[in-house]
Amino acid sequence: MALTKADIAETLFQELGLNKREAKEIVECFFEEIRMALERGEQVKLSGFGNFDLRDKSQRPGRNPKTGEEIPITARRVATFKAGQKLKARVESYAGSVK
Amino acid sequence: MTKSELIEIIARNQTQLAYKDVELSVKALIEQMAQSLSSGERIEIRGFGSFSLHFRPPRVGRNPKTGESVSLSGKYVPHFKPGKELRERVNEAISK
Repeated sequence: MALTKADIAETLFQELGLNKREAKEIVECFFEEIRMALERGEQVKLSGFGNFDLRDKSQRPGRNPKTGEEIPITARRVATFKAGQKLKARVESYAGSVK
Repeated sequence: MTKSELIEIIARNQTQLAYKDVELSVKALIEQMAQSLSSGERIEIRGFGSFSLHFRPPRVGRNPKTGESVSLSGKYVPHFKPGKELRERVNEAISK
C-alpha cells in the first residue's frame, strides 16, 4: 500500500497530538505551498529529502503513438525532483522487492 | 524556498497552531515520506505527484581519477512523477 495524505495526517494526530482537522490541514498546506512556490518559478529545497526544480523544455517533434502522425510537443515548464544525499543513501540499501 | 521558509509560511496560514507544532509536523511529515521510500513503499499524493523507487542494475564503473574499473552493485533510486494538477499549474504559470 502506498503512503497517502491520510496516512501522514494520522501520524501527526497519533504522534504529535494535533487534532484530526489540524493534522489534515497542515498536510494539505504543506503540499499546496510547494505547488505554489513551483508555480511562481521558485525552486523548493527540503533538506534531508531533496530538491524540486523547474526545467524549461523547448518544443520538440513528437508522434501520436496510435496513428504515427507527427505532431510537435509544445515548449513547456516541468517540475523535477532530485533526491538529496541523505535520502539516496537511505533508499540505496533497500534490498526487498518494491511494493 | 527552503524547509524553514516553508515552515514559516505554514505557521502564518495556520494561526491556531504554535510555530513549534508546525515545525515538528513538517519534520515528521518529511521523515515519514523518507521512511516510506526507504522501506520500499511508494508515496501517492493526489494532485501533487507520486514517489517510487527505480532499480539501477549492477554495472562496471570506473574511478575517473585512476581509470581503474570497479564493479558497482545494483541499487534503488528515488523517482518522482508530478501529478496532473502540479504539471498543469507549473506549465500554465509561464503561458500567462
